[in-house]
Formats: sequence, structure tokens, C-alpha cells
Amino acid sequence: MVLTQLSYDMAHLIGAGVLMAGFQLLYQRRLFAVLNTFAFQALALAAAAAWQAHIQNAPHLYVTAGIALVFKAMIVPFALHWLVERLGIHKTVETAMSIGWTMIAGVALVALSILLVLPVTANAAALTRESLAMAMSVVLLGLLMMITRHNAVTQVVGFMALENGLILAAVSAKGMPLVVEISVAFSVLVAMTLFGIFFFRIRERFETLDLNDLETYRGDRQ
Amino acid sequence: MTPVIWQLVQIFLVVGLAPAVTGWVRLVKSRLQGRIGASPLQPYRDIYRLLQKEAVVAHSASWVFRAAPYVTFSAVWLAAAIIPAFTTDLVLVPAADLIALVALLGVARFWTALAGMDVGTAFGGIGASREMMIASLAEPAMLMVTFSLSLITGTTAPAQIIGFVLSGGVGIEVSMGLALAALVMVSIAENGRIPIDNPATHLELTMVHEAMVLEYSGRHLALMEGAGMVRLTLYMALIGSIFAPWGIALPGAGAVGLTIGLGAFLAKCFVLATVLAVFETVIAKMRVFRYADFLGGALLLGLLATIFIYVSEAV
Amino acid sequence: MLIAAPMSSLLALAVLGVLAGGEMWRHRLIYVCCAIASLALLVGGARHLGQSPGTGPAFILPIGLPWMEAHFRLDNLSALFMVVVNIATCAASVFGIGYCSHLPEPRRVTPFFPLFLFGMNAVLIADDAFMFLVSWEFMSLSSWLLVLADHRTAENRDAALVYLIMATFGTFCLLTCFGLLAGPEGAYSFAAMRDAKLEPVAGFLVVALALMGAGSKAGLVPLHAWLPLAHPAAPSHVSALMSGVMTKVALYGLIRILFDLHGHVPWGWGAAIMVIGGITAVLGVLYAILQDDLKKLLAYSTVENIGVVVIGLGLAIAFKDGGEKTLAALALVAGLYHIVNHSIFKTLLFLSAGAVITATGERDLGRLGGLLKRMPWTGAATLVGAAAISALPPLNGFVSEWLIFQSLFKGPSLPHWAMKFGVPVVGAMLALAAALAATCFVRAYGIAFLGRPRSPEAAQAHAIPGTMRWTMAVLAALCVVLGAVPVTLTEALSAVVQPLTGINIAVSADLGWPWLSPVSSTRGSYSGTVLVLTGAALFVISIVLVHGFGTTRTRRADAWDCGHRENIPETQYTGQSFAQPLRRVFGSSLFGARETVDMPEPGDLGPARLVVRLIDPVWIIFYQSVIRVVGFLADRVNRMQFLTVRRYLLMMFATLVFMLLVVAVRQTQ
Repeated sequence: MVLTQLSYDMAHLIGAGVLMAGFQLLYQRRLFAVLNTFAFQALALAAAAAWQAHIQNAPHLYVTAGIALVFKAMIVPFALHWLVERLGIHKTVETAMSIGWTMIAGVALVALSILLVLPVTANAAALTRESLAMAMSVVLLGLLMMITRHNAVTQVVGFMALENGLILAAVSAKGMPLVVEISVAFSVLVAMTLFGIFFFRIRERFETLDLNDLETYRGDRQ
Repeated sequence: MTPVIWQLVQIFLVVGLAPAVTGWVRLVKSRLQGRIGASPLQPYRDIYRLLQKEAVVAHSASWVFRAAPYVTFSAVWLAAAIIPAFTTDLVLVPAADLIALVALLGVARFWTALAGMDVGTAFGGIGASREMMIASLAEPAMLMVTFSLSLITGTTAPAQIIGFVLSGGVGIEVSMGLALAALVMVSIAENGRIPIDNPATHLELTMVHEAMVLEYSGRHLALMEGAGMVRLTLYMALIGSIFAPWGIALPGAGAVGLTIGLGAFLAKCFVLATVLAVFETVIAKMRVFRYADFLGGALLLGLLATIFIYVSEAV
Repeated sequence: MLIAAPMSSLLALAVLGVLAGGEMWRHRLIYVCCAIASLALLVGGARHLGQSPGTGPAFILPIGLPWMEAHFRLDNLSALFMVVVNIATCAASVFGIGYCSHLPEPRRVTPFFPLFLFGMNAVLIADDAFMFLVSWEFMSLSSWLLVLADHRTAENRDAALVYLIMATFGTFCLLTCFGLLAGPEGAYSFAAMRDAKLEPVAGFLVVALALMGAGSKAGLVPLHAWLPLAHPAAPSHVSALMSGVMTKVALYGLIRILFDLHGHVPWGWGAAIMVIGGITAVLGVLYAILQDDLKKLLAYSTVENIGVVVIGLGLAIAFKDGGEKTLAALALVAGLYHIVNHSIFKTLLFLSAGAVITATGERDLGRLGGLLKRMPWTGAATLVGAAAISALPPLNGFVSEWLIFQSLFKGPSLPHWAMKFGVPVVGAMLALAAALAATCFVRAYGIAFLGRPRSPEAAQAHAIPGTMRWTMAVLAALCVVLGAVPVTLTEALSAVVQPLTGINIAVSADLGWPWLSPVSSTRGSYSGTVLVLTGAALFVISIVLVHGFGTTRTRRADAWDCGHRENIPETQYTGQSFAQPLRRVFGSSLFGARETVDMPEPGDLGPARLVVRLIDPVWIIFYQSVIRVVGFLADRVNRMQFLTVRRYLLMMFATLVFMLLVVAVRQTQ
């Protein structure tokens, strides 16, 4: 069982890479660094999926890995990069909460997800347990990022990071149908396009992407 | 008697090797920056030259200023003597575990910071203040690394940790990875390397360690610089022995085992020094008030490392 | 005999203190007698500590209320605290011999000083709730009078008022706590309380009340606010006792109730106490870093150290409830070791602050500097104390810190999830507090004793009496000895905790003297003795090497300072500028620190001013809301002052009927 143990450990390590990238996202202060980190996270996710495909002997997971690699590690970061340049968006990350406190909150969320996952999966194998805990942490960190960052671009990245967590959970559990994954991936792509169009529209009208400023234009306040 | 002999070897090895390690880092850095650079043996010459010069002491300095180089150097030296570098069969190894090692480095820092404040100049104060700020986040991070190591291996003694890792008790654990990342961040900060501090700068507002030892000259400066070099070697030995303990000689190993251990230690120092030089070349220095985020990140990584153990272990 | 005689003589000394009048030699004589009495108590405690591991002799005196005898007993725990208390009182008394003539009004100090000593010692030997509370009040009130010694400044009067209120609150909590422990039969002796069975609700309340009562005296967050006001207000040798020892007497009360009288505190309380300790430690030291007043800084640092001890106590409770007797004993030994250490180095540091005040008349860090040259002995002793409190090896502070970490690292072996996740967090807090403490004392020592003098008073610091110097030297030596040879003390401590945890652990298992290796030798070990010897050897070798290879020539010159030649001491770093990085890291979110710069108008030659404002969140959340509620109620109650006689009677009647109803309802149940 040495080989199996090793493959489990590798899977965990790659999963931890995805999680660490989630933390890195919270830590970054520059928009481009955020995008690079996000690309790295997608890369780690692709590696995780590929590794799972290898150890689970499930070739369809290679497709997932490919989608992650092509769409999320390349197209989305490039597109966002282009958008930021094109729209001349302010290149620092505007935070609603100091970085230190965000990271403390992040650790607390990881602890929370471990606390939640462990009792539920008490009888499951170590592999599922650890991966589930990590995937849930990634999801929560993505949410945290969406809450604590002002800029719309960082919000999109937070959303995508959240989605990365979902995929991580999906690839770790056996028997996830491919269709679901592809549809999720495409939904993300559509969301991305929509966001892009919205950026243009918002920008055209209000000349800012800061959500605080957008608040004043909400319908119910008028 | 052998543990005693190996202990003596280790004591003089770390001091003898330290300037070469620093020299190697400098050489690789200058090559990467397109300069020819000095020979890796240059630090030995520098230290010898400093020893020959007379020491200039400010009028306002007290005895703390003159004692601090000796205390700092011997504290770092003591710490370096206790970390198993090439064999765990050292007579002093039980005298201090990782917690005590952290504290021994704290002694050195305490005295250096006091020495920085002793002359009563603004530069000394700025250095001492920033050094203590860095330390007050880096030291807890290091202790959290110790905590996670002690949870994984059941001990805080470096020799036992190495034995446990070598015996295959630890697979590729996420916690170990996180602890390693935290430890690397701490050692960058503690050694005053980029992105926290720049060991090559002088007269810059961002300097930390150099500002504290600004008033030193002659043999005092030689000791302070020597302490810095030994500290760098110490962290390399620590990272190399705990996270990559292969080759290290366990108790009972013969002459061959010890030779392999020595060779492995030299190879690890070589690799780590090269990695450090490359890392320092590609990364930019950080603003002072970003340190807190960086080191707070290290502390939280250490915390995560402890928490993740509960997931990995079937509790 | 060794206990009773000095105790009664302390009472007599208090009376003599009133009669001392203005003659300084009489005051000195009283301090000498106090020192002798403390020494006798110290020997008495130490002798008992050395002798029997079990319970000590009990005395019953027919004093107090007619139907209540007073019980006294000296067991191992109280003997230990007696030693702790009297080392410090002895030092403070000797210090007082020289110090009393420098006080503004020695007549307001001398009579109450012996009373204070008496009160603290009496708390330790009390063996029933009644005597305990009476002695506790004795201790509180006499120290309150000492806080008021310098009553001319409004700040001190305010401090005394806050102290009085908090002391009353604490005693009230303890009174209720003992009431619950005594049960409906009113078994007020400790022996009876030990045997009594507590109901779950009562047990819960007992712990909460003990934490509030003893914790407020010890300075646990959020009940600490009075401590940094009151401790510095008293004369320095009294501050030393209040900070160094009176807080320990409060912890004695806590340990006595939680480990001895209550008997079975659930692990959840252990976890809660541990977290409270962690928060106390971090907040205490952060406050300390931001202080400019030397004595206030020391007082806040006391809050931190109490937090460290309480972490050990909380762990011990959790381990004890979890059935891990060895670890419980280890955590308790660690906590007690820190109690011993802190009483020594905090006394030393407060006495040193007293020496600084005597020599310069200043306690503001911004006006000190360069004192090491003017006061070499005080400076050296303070350096030892500062290093010890910063938990640096090979001094004593590190040993207790090490033991606490060792027991903390075993915390996750408990089955509760709260402990598994709480222990790493508390570990991070403890580590943070330890590192910040080093920063705090580098700052305090570096600003006050090193550098150049920042005021004429500091430049002309004059000599202090020899008794003061010697006291500090002895305390500093104790710090070194307890750090270098810890095993002797840990063995005594494990005998003390045996009745409390039911096990006698060998803190130096396997390896024997002088190695500290709790649980087993492979768990990690430490030896201060070996470190001292090796470190000294390396120190000598490095001197020999440096001097062998190089020159020993030394030249005195002006400071280099990057070529900025100036002679203005104001260009040095000040306490505030030293703390600035940490203030920016922690202060802005925790204390709402705001910096404002007032620049002079163009053409104005006046200096620019940087003003730092800090808000104490604890004060605002806990105290101001209480004050508001009390104020509101007082306004309401105020109306009752203007009622007619008939209405007053009506209220009395209603109360009477209500009480009778309560009795009736209880009887029918």
C-alpha cells in the first residue's frame, strides 16, 4: 500500500497548493498579482484533477484538468488582464478589511471547515476527508475575498476561486459525471463574458468599478 | 567519547563553514546580476581584515555596547552547535530543543537590539525598533512550526524529529509542507534577507540589521558579521536536517556514515545557498509596513500546519 | 512558631508605625523589623515545603465571631506561596530601609506596610472562608491606603477610587463564591467544603465567581483596568509587592478554589480559562509596549504574566478533567514556576524603577536615558530582570515558559475539539506575548538605561543607598540561579501539586539532574546548567579567538551615525518612536490608534507635534457601559429620596411581604 499512501499524499499536497493559492489571493495587494495567483491556483487545480485522473484511473478527469488549464489558467486571467489594461482600472486592490484581519478570518474559516467536515466524514477514507476539508476552505476563502474586496475585478476573481473549490471537491469524490463539470466550466465562461460586458457598461456609465460608488446607483435608493 | 568528539567537530564546523556559505550566496548573486563577483572565500578575508583593525567605540557607549558582540556571537554559535547538522549523535543535543533554540536566537537579538540603542543615535533606534517588530512576529511563527512538528513527530527535540522523519514515520504531509513554508519565511526574515531586509545595503531608510550594527567597527563588527553568517548556516542546517534529513548520520553510524553525513550537509548548504541567491535576485524588497502581513502570514501558516494535522491523522 | 510570632509582630509593627512620627530612624527600624519578620516567615514556609508532602498542622484560634473559630493551616500550597510572598516582602522591606527617606510622606506609608504584609500572609494560612475573606479585605484595604499614600495628585486619588470599587467587587464575588461552596448548611471551613458535593449549577457559578473575584485582583482581562492605575500610584516598594506578590496571592485564591475546594472543574472551564489567559497575555503586553510611564509599563507587563500563568492553570484543569494526570501536574508545575519567577523579577524591576525615581525624580521614559553609566549596579541588575522577564535562556523566565509550552504542545491529545483547535491558537498567542515581551523590555531598558540622557535630571542621576543596590543584586542572582538550576525547584513544585492533581511527576524523567525532561526524555529536554556552561565556554573561546587573531586596540571617538555629527539627545529614538511599528501593526485595529501631525504655520519656528491617541476598547465596552447603567439607575433611585413617609412604609411593607412569600414558596417545595 506504499504506492497508494504516496498517491494520497501527493493528492493532498496539490490540494494544499490550491488552498495556499486561495490564501495568496487574500494576501496580494496588486491586481495583476491577484490575476497571476489566480492563474497559479487554476494550474494547481488542473494538476489536482490530472493526478486524480491518474490515481482513480478515470480518464474523463483529464478533460476536467484540460478545461481548468485552458480556460481558467490561461483564458480567464488573460482576458481579465486585458480588461484591466483596456479600462485603465486602478491597479491596487482596495480592501474593506485590513489584510492581516482578512487572513486571520481565513484561518478561522479553514478551521471551521475542518471542524464541519471531520465529524461528517468520520468513516470516510483519509483522502476524501482531507480533500473535502480543503475544497470547502477554498470555497469559503473565495467568498471571503468577495466580501472584503471593493473592486469588481477582485470580486470576479473571488467568484472564480470559489468555483475552483467546487471543482476540487468534485474531482476528489469518485463518480462525478463529466457533463456536470463541463457545464460548470461553461457557466463560468459565460459568467466571465457577462462580467466583462458589464464592466464595459458600468464603466461607460459611471466611470468607476468601485462597488461602493455603485451602491448609490442601486434602484431601491432612488 | 565519540559524541563529544562529533560535538567538537560540529562546533568548529559551523563557524568554519559559515563565511563560505555567505560568500557562495554573494558569488551566485553577483553572477546572476551580471557581475563577476568576489571569490566565495572573500568573507574570510573580510573578517580577518576587520580583526586587524582597531575598534572605535563612541563616547556615549556603555559596556553593553562592547559586550554585545561577544554575547551575540556566542549565543548564535551555541544554537548552531546544538542543531544536528551531519549527525544526531551529539553530546549537547538534549540541552536544548527547538523551543530553546528559538529562545537562544532571541538572546542574540536582545543584545544586538540593545547595542543598537546604546550609542544613542537615531539609526540605532530605528534598527532596533524594526528588528524587534520583525522578531515579535517571526518568533511566534517559528514556535508554531515547532508546535506542528511536535504534533507530527511527538517531540520537540531536533534529534528525535530527525530520527522520526528518517524512519519513514512521516509521509508527504500537508502540514509538513505548510511548516516548511512558514519556516522558510521566518528564516528569510531572521537573516535579514530580501524581501525583508537587504544585507548589501547601507545608508538606506529601509535597512534594519545594518542600522543596529552601524556603530561597530574592527573586531566588534567582525563578531557581529560572523554571528550573521553563523545564523544563516544555522537556518540552513535546520531546514536541511528536519525537512530533508537524508544522509544525516544516526547514532551508531560508523566512519562511512559520518563522512556521508558531512558530505550531505555540505551539499544541502550548497543547494540552499544557491536557491537563496536566486530567490533574492528575482524578488523585490518589501515596504516596511508590509512586513507585518508577510510575517503574520508565516504565523498563520504555522497555525494552519497544526490544524491540518487533525485532518490528516485519523483522529 | 516561626509563623505565629512574625505574624503577630507585623501587627505590632503597624501600631508602632503610627507612633513613628517624623523621626526617620524609627521608620528605618520598622522596615528592618519587617524584613526580619518576612525572613522568619520565609524560613517557616521553606521549612514546611521541604518537610512533609501531605497536609500541614492546623491551628484553631478562638477569635472572630463568637460561634466561629478561626482556622489556620499551612499545607504545601500555602507554604509555597508563603515562600514566594516573603522573598519579595523581605526584599521590599530591605529596599524600604533606604527608600523611605525619599518618599514625600513616609508617615502615610510606614504604618500600613506591615499591615499589608500581614494581610497577604494571613490569606495564605487561612483555612476557612471567614478568615480568608477577612484577610483578603485586610490585604485590599491596606494596599488601598498605600495607593493613597501620595494623595495630592488627582491621578492617584482617581486610581485609589477605581481600585476600591474593583476590590469591593472582587470581594463580593468571592463572598458569594464561598457562600455557594459552603452550601445550605454554612460549612465555612475549607475541610468541610472539600468534602461537600456541589450541584452542577452551583459548581458552574463557583468557578465563574472565583474567576471574577480572584481574577479581578490578579488583573485578568477585562477586569484588569484598575491594575495599571493603582499599582504605579503606590510608592515603588509597595508597587513591587502589589504587582509582584499581591497578584500571586489572588492566584493562590484561584488555585485554592479551583483545584482544592471545588475539586472537579469541567474541561470546558479549563478551555475558557486558557483562552482568557491568552487574551490577557497578548493585550497586557501590547498595552505595556505603548506605555511611556516606567511603572505603568511594568504594571501592564504584570497583566501579561498573569495571563501566562492562567494559561497554565486552564490547561491543568482541562488535563485533570480529561484524566491526563501527568500532564495536568506538568501544566500546574509550569504555572507555579512562572508564579515564582514573576514574583522575583517583577519585584526586581519595580524596585529598579524605584531606584530610578530616587536617582532622577523621573519615571517618564522620554526623560530618561544613559542611566547605565550613572547607576552601574542598578543597570546591571535591571538588565538581568529585563532579560528574565523576556523569557531568555538561561534565566528563570525561560524555564517556566518552556514548561508551559511543553504542556501546551500536548494539549491536542485531549479528545475535545474545542481543545484541539483552541490549543494552537492559545499557543500562538502565548508565543506572540513572549516575543512582544522581549520587545517591550528592549524598549524600556534601551530607552531608560542606554543611549544618551534625555533630560538634565537623567544626566545628573545621583547615587542610591547601598541597601537598595544589594536588594536588587540578590533578586537578580535569584533569577540566574532559578534559571540555571531549575530542577531543584521543579521537584519541590511537583510535591506541591501532588495533592491537587493526585500524581507526583518527575519533571526530570529519565535523564536525571540537571536535565528538565517532562514526560520522557524523547519528548524534548532542556538544561539551563549545560547551556550556561557551554555558553560560557564558547564566550571565552570567542574572546580568545578574536584577541588571538586580531588586535585589542580600542579608540574612543564620537559616534559615527552615518556622518551626522550632532550633540542633540532629542534626535535619539524615544519610547513612542520605538513603539511606532508595533503600534501601526496592532494598535490601529486593537486600540484605535490615531496619529495626527500638527505642522506649524509657514514661517513659524515652533516644532511640529505628533500626537498619538489610543482608545482602550476594554474600558469603553465594559466599564463605560457599566458606568452608564449605574448612572441611569442612580438617577432613577434618586427619585425615591423625595417620597412621603407613607410611601416609604409601603415599600418596606411590600419588601417584607415579598420575602415572606419567597420563604413560603421554598417551604412548600
